[in-house]
This record gives sequence, C-alpha cells and structure tokens, in this order.
Amino acid sequence: MLEVSGISQVFGGVTALDRVSFGITKGDITGVIGPNGAGKTTLFNIITGIYTQTAGKVRLAGTDVSGLPPERLARLGLVRTFQNIELFSGMTVHENVMVGMHTKSTSGLLACALKMPWCIAEERRIRENSMKWLEFTGISDLAEVTAGNLPFGKGRMLEIARALAVEPQIILMDEPAAGLNNQETLGLSQLIQRIRETGITVVLVEHDMELVMDICDRIVVLNLGKKLAEGTPSEIQDNHEVIAAYLGEDE
Amino acid sequence: MKKELLKFAAFALLVMLMPLAFKGGYLMNVLVFVGINTMLSIALNLLLGYAGQISLGHAGFFGLGAYLSGILTASYGWNAWLAMPLAAVTVGILAYLIGFPILKLKGHYLAMATLGLGIIIYIVFNETVDLTGGPSGLSGIPNLAIGGLRFDSDVKNYYLVWGFTLATVLFALNLANSRVGRALRAVHDSEVAARVVGVNSRLLKVQIFAVSAIFSSLAGSLYAHTMTFISPASFGFNFSVELLTMVVIGGLGSIYGSFLGAALLTLLPEFLRAAHDYDIIIYGALLMVMVMFMPGGLVRGVPELYRKLIKLKGGADHA
Ligand SMILES: Nc1ncnc2c1ncn2[C@@H]1O[C@H](COP(=O)(O)OP(=O)(O)OP(=O)(O)O)[C@@H](O)[C@H]1O
Ligand SMILES: [Mg+2]
Repeated sequence: MLEVSGISQVFGGVTALDRVSFGITKGDITGVIGPNGAGKTTLFNIITGIYTQTAGKVRLAGTDVSGLPPERLARLGLVRTFQNIELFSGMTVHENVMVGMHTKSTSGLLACALKMPWCIAEERRIRENSMKWLEFTGISDLAEVTAGNLPFGKGRMLEIARALAVEPQIILMDEPAAGLNNQETLGLSQLIQRIRETGITVVLVEHDMELVMDICDRIVVLNLGKKLAEGTPSEIQDNHEVIAAYLGEDE
Repeated sequence: MKKELLKFAAFALLVMLMPLAFKGGYLMNVLVFVGINTMLSIALNLLLGYAGQISLGHAGFFGLGAYLSGILTASYGWNAWLAMPLAAVTVGILAYLIGFPILKLKGHYLAMATLGLGIIIYIVFNETVDLTGGPSGLSGIPNLAIGGLRFDSDVKNYYLVWGFTLATVLFALNLANSRVGRALRAVHDSEVAARVVGVNSRLLKVQIFAVSAIFSSLAGSLYAHTMTFISPASFGFNFSVELLTMVVIGGLGSIYGSFLGAALLTLLPEFLRAAHDYDIIIYGALLMVMVMFMPGGLVRGVPELYRKLIKLKGGADHA
C-alpha cells in the first residue's frame, strides 16, 4: 500500500532521518514508535508531502509519489492528522468536516458565487454527508460549535472526522492519544479499529505503548533517525535493542 | 440561508429608498462614493478577511480600472460598456499572473510586495503623460448611458453604482457560504491542514487575488465614468491604507462589515472637513484603536459592547 525506501532528511547539520525503509500492508494498523526526536513526525511530513526529503522514495499503491504536494496526495487517498492539532479554528465543527469533502466536490469559484443550481445541490450533499463523519466520530452534537472553542479531546476527534471526510485509502495519525484521558483513549482505540474495519489503512505514531501494542498489527521502531526494528507487537516487546533504546531514554 | 436572503433584501431596500430621504441633496454625491468604496472594501475583504492575504496595493487595481476605462472612452472613443469589462478582464489577468510569484510570500513580505506593486502602478499613472495626462489628470471621460438614459446626475449615478455594489454584495455572500468560501477560510486558519485535505491553497489564493482585483477594477471604471475626471492622487498609497482601514474597522470576513467600514470612512471626512490634512493620521489612529479594542470590527464589536453595557446596567441595578 505504502512503501518508503531509503528516506533521509538532513536539516542543516542535523540528520533527522537516515535511510529509513519499510512497507505498510493494505488494511493493517501499523504503529511507528520511537523516543522523542526519533524522526517520526519528520517521516510523516515527508510521506504527506509537507517536506521534500533529502533522499529516498515514497510509493503509494505502486506509484512513485515522492515530492508531490499534500493536496495532490489527498486526491490519491492519503491524509493525516497532526501532533499539534491543526483545526480551522474560526469555523464551526460542521464546516471543518465540510472542508474535508473538498476533493469530493467540484463547484468552481464563479459557479459558487453565482449560485448555480448544481452548486446548491452539491452544497446540500456536502452538508448531509459531512454529518455522517461527525456521527462516526461521536461529535455530531457539537456540529455548530466553533472549532476553536472545543475541548482538546474533541478537537482530536474533529481532526479525524475531517480527515475521514476525504474518504482516504490510508490515514496517518501523529500521536492521536496525546493529551487524552483514559476514557478518551479507550474511545480512540475503538475508533481506530472501526476506521480499519471500513477498509482504510491506518498508520499511527504514538507514545502510548498500551494502545500501540493493543491495536497494531505491525510496528516500526525508529531511534535517532534510523530504523531500529520492525515486527509484530510481541516481537517488538521482546527485542533487546528496542528495550535498550527506551531504557537509554529513561536515564 | 433564508435568513441570509432576508437580510440582503432588507439591505437592498434600504439602499433603494435612501435617495428619498435626501431628495437629491449634496449628500447623494457622497453616497455614490460610499457605494464605490463598499465595492472596494468587499473586494479587499475577500482577500484579507477570508483568505488571510494582505494587500497594500489595491488602490493600484482601482486606478487601473479607472484609467483603462477613462483612456479607452475619452481618448479612443470606445463605448463605456465595452471599456469596463475589458478593463476588468485585463486587470484580472494581470493580477492572476502577478499573483503566482507574489502570493508565495507571507505576512510582512507580502505586504511589502503589494505595497511595491501599488507604488509602481501609481508611478506609471504619473509618468505616462501621453496616455494618462500625468499628474494633471485625465478629463472628458463620458458618463455611462443606456439608450437615451445618461447617468449624469448624482441620483442616477447613485442607482447605477449601487446596482453594481448590491451585485457585488450578493456575489461575495454566495461565495463566502460555499465550498470555495470555506476553503478560503480554511487556508486562513491553517494552510497546512487545508492542503492535507486537498485544498490547492496556492491556486485558490491566486484566484481570489484576481477576483479581488477584478472587482476593484470595476469600481475604478464606475468611479471614472461618474466623476468624468481622474488623477493619480486618488489611487496612491494613502488610498490603499484607507481601504485597509475600512475593511478592518468594518470587520474582517464580514461582507456587511465592509459596508459599515466604507460608509463610516467615507462619511467621516465630510463631517471632519477641518481635519482634512490629517486624514491619514486619523485613519492610522482609528486602525490602531480598532485593532486594540475591537479586533472583530464594528459588526462584531458593537453588538458585544451593547451586551456588555446591558450587563453593566443589570449589575448596577442589582447593587
Ligand atoms: N523543520 C525542522 N528544522 C530543523 N530540524 C528539525 C525540523 N523538524 C524536525 N527537526 C529535528 O529533527 C529531529 C526529529 O524530529 P521529529 O519531530 O521528527 O521527532 P519525533 O520523533 O516526532 O519526536 P516527538 O516524539 O517528540 O514528536 C529532531 O532533532 C528535530 O529537532
Ligand atoms: Mg513528533
């Protein structure tokens, strides 16, 4: 489904990623873990076209998508959420998800401004379909709330709802459980599994090990920009290098 | 949606009936300018309030519309109804082409680049004396006419200009509440998140820049044909700042706010004749005060102030 090969990223003198390669199987929930500063977010930024890598390739469903901008990748079915939530804070929750349907609608600027009949019909479809994603993520009662006023946990849900509205093939989530309480984390865990059941491939950067070990099919471990290990949750738990890397971080 | 339409109908009715209240007095002339400035503020607001992109050069687009219309009709004998759309399309294409490199810039850099653009256009008006008449201006621009009806009085111009302004209001309202309007606001709030869900922010910014320039150009053409005389002084940096002030005072991202801002800043000097030489200082001060105390502009600030006053009064009553 998604394949990165030999990805390196150098910022000034800092090597954030060093020849990282792995593949992600369609329909899996894959975890990407590693200590702070390991390069997880940088990797996501490269895969989603926000940064252009120093070296290496990204392939999506067999085609080379290295260097494509985020908006093109969205149309190819690749979306993400952010470690520091990025909401359209001045817009309502409902409107946020409606923007998520941008690639699933076509009315142009002039047609919208002149309110052509097909735009009115499309607008109704956007309005109705987007509600579906608010219900899916359990925040439909907040539809008319301004996104900037949402409590943190609900904001995370909204980001996921907005990404799902793109109807992606694959969704990358950067620390979706960060800042959530136990209750909310449990909800998130169930949500991620429901997302997978709809056929969407999930990639997850997460520090919450319980969550990762619980729901991931496979795990990729990064440390200091290098891939340290790759395998099933039980393989990773028994991997000495991984344990050492995490213990090293604790000191 | 229904409510939105009613609001517009009420606004349009108010505009239509306004001349009855003034019986064609001198204020009618000022109200023509309120119409033109409303158009300009809305145009700038689409860019600044919705897409979040600043322009300090909009007086330039306004001037280009005025001069293209003026020169084509006064010097080459074109029909004004032909000159106007041609000017608008030309300015639109120009803005579109300039938009690609210029809108890559952000914040201060974009402000500086658009400022530079405005100044260049202003210099062109002054220096191409053969075409524009230079600093002494271009006169003899014909009024618009439909058949035998010539728009040559303040009242007639009022209806002409406000016809265009109401169309602009409707255009902007429709746009704001559509897929494209939401995408614009999304780019404003978080460009990276907008791109990740598939919004081509770069193209969208350029498109709205061009649309904004087109409406500014139309306003310029109307200005030329109602005034029949234009000179570069009306299209300088000062006027770009004045437009910015209108948009910010009225309320960023509010179409009716742009009308309020335009009305206030057009009418105010009429009441402050004495302070004429200090207008740029007054605008600057107004801008500062608004940004500090009413960042949402008049449309949001005044109702809020009203609520606060009521609360205060309620509190005092209890005490
Ligand atoms: N835009 C940038 N410019 C310079 N250095 C950067 C940039 N982005 C990331 N880095 C550096 O790259 C390294 C990896 O950062 P990254 O954010 O990818 O880590 P992470 O694994 O996501 O960490 P965390 O778990 O804390 O989120 C860090 O040393 C960071 O300082
Ligand atoms: Mg990170």
